[in-house]
Amino acid sequence: MADGTHATGLVAHDAPAQLRHHFVDMAAQKEASALGMWIFLVTEVLFFGGMFTAYVIYRAQYTRAFEGASNLLDLKLGAFNTVVLILSSLTMALAVWAGQKGRRNLIIAYLSATILLGGVFLGVKAIEYTQKFTHHEVPGPHFIVPEGLPRQSEMFFSLYFCMTGLHALHMVIGIGLLLWLILRARRGEFTPEYNTPVDMVGLYWHFVDIVWIYLFPLLYLLGRHTL
Amino acid sequence: MSRHGSDHGQGSLGAYFVVFTALMVLTGVTLWAAYQHLGIWNTPLALSIATAKAVMVALIFMHLRSSPKRTAIVVATSVVFLGFLILITLSDYLTRAWLPIYGR
Repeated sequence: MADGTHATGLVAHDAPAQLRHHFVDMAAQKEASALGMWIFLVTEVLFFGGMFTAYVIYRAQYTRAFEGASNLLDLKLGAFNTVVLILSSLTMALAVWAGQKGRRNLIIAYLSATILLGGVFLGVKAIEYTQKFTHHEVPGPHFIVPEGLPRQSEMFFSLYFCMTGLHALHMVIGIGLLLWLILRARRGEFTPEYNTPVDMVGLYWHFVDIVWIYLFPLLYLLGRHTL
Repeated sequence: MSRHGSDHGQGSLGAYFVVFTALMVLTGVTLWAAYQHLGIWNTPLALSIATAKAVMVALIFMHLRSSPKRTAIVVATSVVFLGFLILITLSDYLTRAWLPIYGR
């Protein structure tokens, strides 16, 4: 039914091939997709929300351990990654804009830039994780309580790895989606009439950016005023 | 929101660059503010700046500003329920010490 040429003749013969028969027009179809995507993002807010709640509770109980452990994170790398991710949100927004204009080469260029920036973010994250492993700051049998800190600093690092790890997993999935978009864009599938997938992946990518916008101050900055 | 509005769900290029610049500036501000001695206000200030950034991303990059009202309602739902999750949990944890009872 997706080909818009089915036998009942309910669909006008000039309807775009991507228009499903149960939608009045492309705008209605896109609005339905956007609403579905936003509802998915609501579930994501609550998914991450569970971890933010755990963070709030333990930080309220072990404030000094959290502040001290937070200061052991590499602020330069964290701030650099914040800039990289915001920049990737800009290139994603530009990719969506190019999609709405149906500019094939521009879509591919902006999507590629977004993948590149996402890759840089994950690369920096890998460097940070490596530092944590070599410094014995990874929770588990090899964890060594940092000098002068309460032992609950291990709880901070548990939450640090869970939250940034889940965020990084979202980035990896996002990069996969971007690659899929590039393949479709190369086939010339996105036009001013039909560019919904670019738009929807854009919503997802910006959501992941918003999660990091909260993670950065909560993980990297909370104890800096005590230095 | 008109279904047939020509600019539905679209953003202008200029707005994207304005928001990007504002996000960069606010990132700098939050870095600076983190080193100031504001007592209990460091975290509320950091979260306020983060929320300002998140709202800009949602309104402009995610086209919430030019989306139908029902989309805004869906977004508000997530904020309300996240508030329930955190506040009701805290109302338990932060009040446990109030009662001198075992197993409180």
